[in-house]
This record gives sequence, structure tokens and C-alpha cells, in this order.
Amino acid sequence: MVEKKSQLISVDDRKTVGQQFVENPRMTCRDVNVYYGDKHAVHDVSIDIARNEVLAMIGPSGCGKSTFLRCLNRMNDTIDICRVTGEITLDDNDIYAKNIDIVSLRALVGMVFQKPNPFPKSIYDNVAYGPTIHGLTESKSDLDGIVENSLVKAGLWDEVKDRLDQPGTGLSGGQQQRLCIARAIAVEPELILMDEPCSALDPIATAKIEELIAELREQYTIVIVTHNMQQAARVSQRTAYFHLGDLIEVGYTDRLFTTPRHQLTEDYITGRFG
Amino acid sequence: MHHNYQKQIDKLRENFLTLGSLVEDRVRKACSAFNSSDQADLDMVIRSDYEIDEMEVEIEEECLKILALYQPVAKDLRYIIALIKINSEVERIGDYAVKIAMRVKFISEHGNQVFPMDYRPMAEKVIAMLKMSLDALVDKDAELAHQIFLLDDEVDTMRDQAYDIIKAQLRKQPDHAGSLLNGYLVARHLERIADRATNIAEEVIYMVHGDIVRGEHN
Ligand SMILES: Nc1ncnc2c1ncn2[C@@H]1O[C@H](COP(=O)(O)OP(=O)(O)O)[C@@H](O)[C@H]1O
Ligand SMILES: [Mg+2]
Repeated sequence: MVEKKSQLISVDDRKTVGQQFVENPRMTCRDVNVYYGDKHAVHDVSIDIARNEVLAMIGPSGCGKSTFLRCLNRMNDTIDICRVTGEITLDDNDIYAKNIDIVSLRALVGMVFQKPNPFPKSIYDNVAYGPTIHGLTESKSDLDGIVENSLVKAGLWDEVKDRLDQPGTGLSGGQQQRLCIARAIAVEPELILMDEPCSALDPIATAKIEELIAELREQYTIVIVTHNMQQAARVSQRTAYFHLGDLIEVGYTDRLFTTPRHQLTEDYITGRFG
Repeated sequence: MHHNYQKQIDKLRENFLTLGSLVEDRVRKACSAFNSSDQADLDMVIRSDYEIDEMEVEIEEECLKILALYQPVAKDLRYIIALIKINSEVERIGDYAVKIAMRVKFISEHGNQVFPMDYRPMAEKVIAMLKMSLDALVDKDAELAHQIFLLDDEVDTMRDQAYDIIKAQLRKQPDHAGSLLNGYLVARHLERIADRATNIAEEVIYMVHGDIVRGEHN
């Protein structure tokens, strides 16, 4: 007998489907809700973030990707009207616990933004700033080592090693973004959050960042928000699809882009949304 | 962009339907000449295979163009991938039509009055399978595709029967060995067409459900 396979999950069903949980996660999020005043921007999101994975978050504008991403290093704390409920742990520690030092948390969970935002300082100082304030170095030569190492990992060293004293803002857009990645790496993070890191970059600079992401994964865990689905498909191992504040589907990226399980995911990735 | 994409997909579908019905027609002509003295159809099938080859190339190029320009995903991607594979299956079926036509021509030139078996039921079943597989593709009908697997077993049985009949006849009429062997090869080619139709059905199931079912139904 032919077994009739179930169809795609209906658009009315908003319970997350797919591989949202993993074994031995780096980070766990359970029933996370976010409100901006009365506006309920993120609804009951539960997901794990694996070690050394790149997790891509996709979805239409305004679906809550950035809002959710900012929960992961408590960046939403800086927005007065924003309230976060639920539980998020990093290596089994509740990051919303009272005793958490937010400055250290943001070093452990670094962030790279859409628009590169180097400090108006030298290239060297941009990278050296974090390790210095976090007391990660004992000597100038230690610090030199960290700066060089971070720039090497960010794929920028060869381009800037002869002009470390020049302002970071003088670099090209793609170089500035890699400088911001070097800055995040310099404080020894476990997780790096990236919110549309390539949307201000040209295709070549974008390709460099994508290559860099693939290399960084060996050492770090990366969560990237992108509106570019091909980018999500290229760089990530799992992809999470958000829709109007709901986490609709999480799947292994190759699977999600060939056989999504939810109608909303399929409509979005095939360009039939709206 | 989405509008253009749909236009390309529609054009691709139309071209593929043309190829599909052309190949179906060639198989039918190659087989029916077995029972008529009409050689014109046979010669046409043998001589104009290049048309099918050209159409196959054109469809493949269209598929590649769509992949490069639109980078489709999910069901759109599965459709193009399935079509690329089915396209080449259909072209091979065209090759079998040519081979059948050559065998039939040989037999008719060497006196088919000695011929011990009727190929019509087998040919009809195989042509039905081919038609079903193309319909399943066009209608994205996985259930119909599944039915083809059952027919494939029947065609295998018919090929085995042809083997037995021809073997027995070879003993009785060893001086007609050429015709008899060519007759067996017709059964063999028909059976291969049925295999190709089965491959098409597998691709249709992949396209509809995303499951790769190759060989699992055996
Ligand atoms: N600072 C804010 N104050 C009020 N509402 C906000 C704020 N930031 C985002 N929102 C709202 O929350 C929803 C999710 O936004 P966001 O997380 O930026 O979406 P995305 O990153 O997926 O485009 C949107 O409706 C947006 O208008
Ligand atoms: Mg955003």
C-alpha cells in the first residue's frame, strides 16, 4: 500500500517544528518572550545553539530576528521599554541571573552589527580596547600578541599590519567589518552574534566575511541574522525561520532549503510570501 | 523577478511536454510497425532521433539557466532537479525506440511470419507506464508514480516469458535465429523503457515529497 505522506504543516500552526534542540548545547533558550511596552515582539521561542555551529536566523523584516538575537547577550537591557521573559543559559549558567556581570557576558557573547562601527581610534586600539578593559593582558607584548592574533583570525592582518596606528574608520567597509570581528574575537568570546553583517558590503567583501565565518566556526559558535537566504544556505549548518515573532521551523540547512516542513517556511524561501 | 521566474518555468514545462509526447509517439510507432508492413514509420523513428537529442539539450540548458539565474529552493529546486534527471531518462527512452525500430525492421525484412509471439500487450503496458510517469510529473502526482512500480514487475515477468518462448522456438527453427534473437531484444528494450519510466516515477516522488526512494520499492 502507498503510505500517503503528510503535507506541509499549515500556516495556522505556529508551534516550532524541526531540529530546534541539540545534544550538549552551548546555549539554550526556553520560552523566550520579548515585549516592547505592550507590543509582544517575540513569542515563546525555544531553541538550542550547538557548539561550533553557525546558526542562521531568517525571516521577513520585523519578524523579531534582531530582537531575539539581542536577548542572547542582554543587549535588550539597553532598551528601556523592552522586557524579556523566559530562560537563556550559556554553558548551563542563566545569563539573566542577578549575579551575572553584563560586561563579561558581552565579552563571552560578542556582537557584530549591520553597519561596521569601529571606534574613532587607531586600528590597534580598536582591537586592544576590549582585552585592556577586561584585564586579559599583563604586558604590552601580551597585548601586541592578542591584537595580531585577533587580526590574523579576522583575516585582516596582512592588509593592516603596516598601518596599525591609522584610524579604523579609514578602512574600507569590508575591512571595517573584519576589524569589528577582530575586536569581538580579542576578548575571547564563546559565541559571536552577527546581525546582517554583510548587508552594507559589496559581493567581494561579503564573500570574504562568509569565508571568515566558516573559519571562525572551528573555534566559536556563531549566530547570524541575514536577509540573504543564499548566504544563510552557504554559511550555516542550521537555519531558524521566524515569522511575525514566532519561531516557525528550525532545520539542518541543507534539509530546510530542499524540503522545508512548514508551509510558511516554504512560502518564504521560495519567494511566495506576502 | 517572480513573474519572470514563473514565465521561465511555464516555458520549460511546455518544452518538456513536447519532448515527452514526441518520445511517447516514437515508441508507439516503433512497436506498432511490428504488426503492419509500414516501413515509413520505422525509418522516421530511426532517422530523426537527432530531434529528440536536440530537445533534450535545449531543456537541460533551460534548467541550468534557471538554476543560475534564480537559485530556486525547496519545491522549486526539487522540480528543476527532477526535470534534469527525467529529461535524460526520456532521451534514453527515445534511443530505445530507435533500437526497437531497427529490430523490427530486421524481423520484417527476414520474414516475420515465423514470429512466435505477440508483443502488443507488452508494448501497450510499457507505453502506458511511460504515459503515466509523464502525467505524474506534470500533475505532481506521487500516488500515480507509485502505481508505476507495480506495473514494472509485470513487465519484468513478460520479458521472462518472451525469453522462454524465444528459447523454445530457437530449437524448432534454428535457421530463423536472427529474427528470433532480434525479437527477444525487442522485449528486452521494452523492459528497459519500463525501467526508465520507473526512474521517472522515483524522481516524481522526490519532487513531491522530498524523499529519495531509489530502488526501495523493489
Ligand atoms: N526599540 C524598539 N522599540 C519598539 N519596537 C521595536 C524596537 N525594536 C524592534 N521593535 C519592533 O519589534 C518587532 C521586531 O523587530 P526586529 O527584531 O527589529 O525585527 P527583524 O530584525 O526581524 O527585522 C518589529 O515589529 C519592530 O517594529
Ligand atoms: Mg533586524
